[in-house]
Amino acid sequence: MKMDLITSLYVFMLAAIVGLEVIRRVSPLLHTPLMSLTNALDAIAVVGAILLAGEHKTTLSTVLGTIAIVAATSNVVGGFFITDRMLKMFKASRSPKP
Amino acid sequence: MTPFPGTDTIIELTYLIATALFVMSLKWMSSPTTARHGVWAGELGMLLAIVGTLLNRSIVDYKWVAIALVLGTIIGVPLGKVQMTAVPQRTALSHAFGACCVTLVGTAEFYLRAPAVPRFMMSVLSMEVILGSLTFTGSLMAAGKLQEILPQRPIIFKGQNLVNLGMLLVAIGVAIYLVIHPDHTYLFPALLAIPLLFGVMMIIPIGGADMPTVISLLNAYAGLSASAMGFVLDSKLLIVAGALDGASGLILSVNMSKAMNRSFSNVLFGGFGQEQTAAKGGKETRPVRSASPEEAAEILAVASKVVIVPGYGMAVAQAQHKVRELYDNLTKRGIDVKFAIHPVAGRMPGHMNVLLAEADIPYDKLLDMDEINGEFPQTDVALIIGANDVTNPAARTDSSSPIFGMPILDVDKAHTVMVIKRSMAAGFAGIDNPLYYLDKTLMLFGDA
Repeated sequence: MKMDLITSLYVFMLAAIVGLEVIRRVSPLLHTPLMSLTNALDAIAVVGAILLAGEHKTTLSTVLGTIAIVAATSNVVGGFFITDRMLKMFKASRSPKP
Repeated sequence: MTPFPGTDTIIELTYLIATALFVMSLKWMSSPTTARHGVWAGELGMLLAIVGTLLNRSIVDYKWVAIALVLGTIIGVPLGKVQMTAVPQRTALSHAFGACCVTLVGTAEFYLRAPAVPRFMMSVLSMEVILGSLTFTGSLMAAGKLQEILPQRPIIFKGQNLVNLGMLLVAIGVAIYLVIHPDHTYLFPALLAIPLLFGVMMIIPIGGADMPTVISLLNAYAGLSASAMGFVLDSKLLIVAGALDGASGLILSVNMSKAMNRSFSNVLFGGFGQEQTAAKGGKETRPVRSASPEEAAEILAVASKVVIVPGYGMAVAQAQHKVRELYDNLTKRGIDVKFAIHPVAGRMPGHMNVLLAEADIPYDKLLDMDEINGEFPQTDVALIIGANDVTNPAARTDSSSPIFGMPILDVDKAHTVMVIKRSMAAGFAGIDNPLYYLDKTLMLFGDA
């Protein structure tokens, strides 16, 4: 148990550093799509909700889990969808200088 | 633990791949040319993780899971189809959904484990629930303000900061008590209620101009709460995804605060521009040069270099397509047209870029503040469309101005400045803009 915790903390630390480094490089041009993308990724919390609703331990946990899945799934679907729509719109100049 | 560990290993492997895909996904976001790969990588990772989770043998009942997945998809599709001008409130709303999910799972986990919750578990669990619930109401409030259901002006009362700080301290106190005495389960609802209230209180004093910072901050909170949930469930995937989201929110909010020359605490603990609006009474008497659209067109036609500065006003007036026509006309005449985008223009980071991209303006013409500022002295015409505070030279010259020191677009260095604006009313920050009274400034009133 103790080791698990330490491993988790390592994972968190490394992920935070990688995240800071990678995201610093994202151009300000794409900050809005970046935010909607990380939002969609964040909805990975759905896996916790699925387990909760599926394990069916108590009525309370099933009900809360089900609502949580709805909330997270709408984020996944909506988030990816709108990010892609936004990115599709970004185009470079078609012709070089006239 | 299990006699036949095959499935568990496969599940763990799907999580591992999903984690890698998430990191790659963000890496590809660094350039518009690869960004769409990023979305695909993210989608694939998500799909893998969900399928992997469904394989888990501890799931005994798929009925509710299936119903919820379908329902979530039905809600998600319209949320993905909103207009580009509504993206800020959509984002705020989805922060609220994400936080809602995290909070509910945290609550359920607590009652499943209570009364014997190990100390470490209880501390991350409290963190998850506190961050989750304050992000939930905070984001709902932000979405309401952005959608203009709620008043946009900051609402401030005496001792507000004290009350807010007090609430936060009480919530933390309750959390600590629960960590030491986890069997006092009756205290747990307080861990939900206080932060829920705090979320509301945190957002009401914040005005429209600070929304980009606040949305980024809520993004960071949502990420951290998901990460805390990862600790609770011992899911490395969640820890990583949450940390990535938290990092992104943090970077964006630091960026935004820097762009407004204000610290985090300043954004959170002070309504903006309150003293200042009252201080400037005699502004109506100062002369303003206004121009007709025809005159403006003539000036633009003889220019050789034009920089367009869009602001939230353009978004409100849905003018990005008109701007595109203007851009086409001018480029056809061989005029060099560029767009200057201030980091906090619009209502969320990068909002203007999306709107202009929607209108088909190539992204290599959209320049960041640092890139464009050196070019203003060589610019014939700076055309400001619905932007205000980000062009206010008072930020450089007037040390009494509340936005003094905030980096701005140096439009006043251009040969001619044209401002398209609905009225002389002050900007979101409620600050008068001396730029409008300069001799070389022409005002065009009317909807952009």
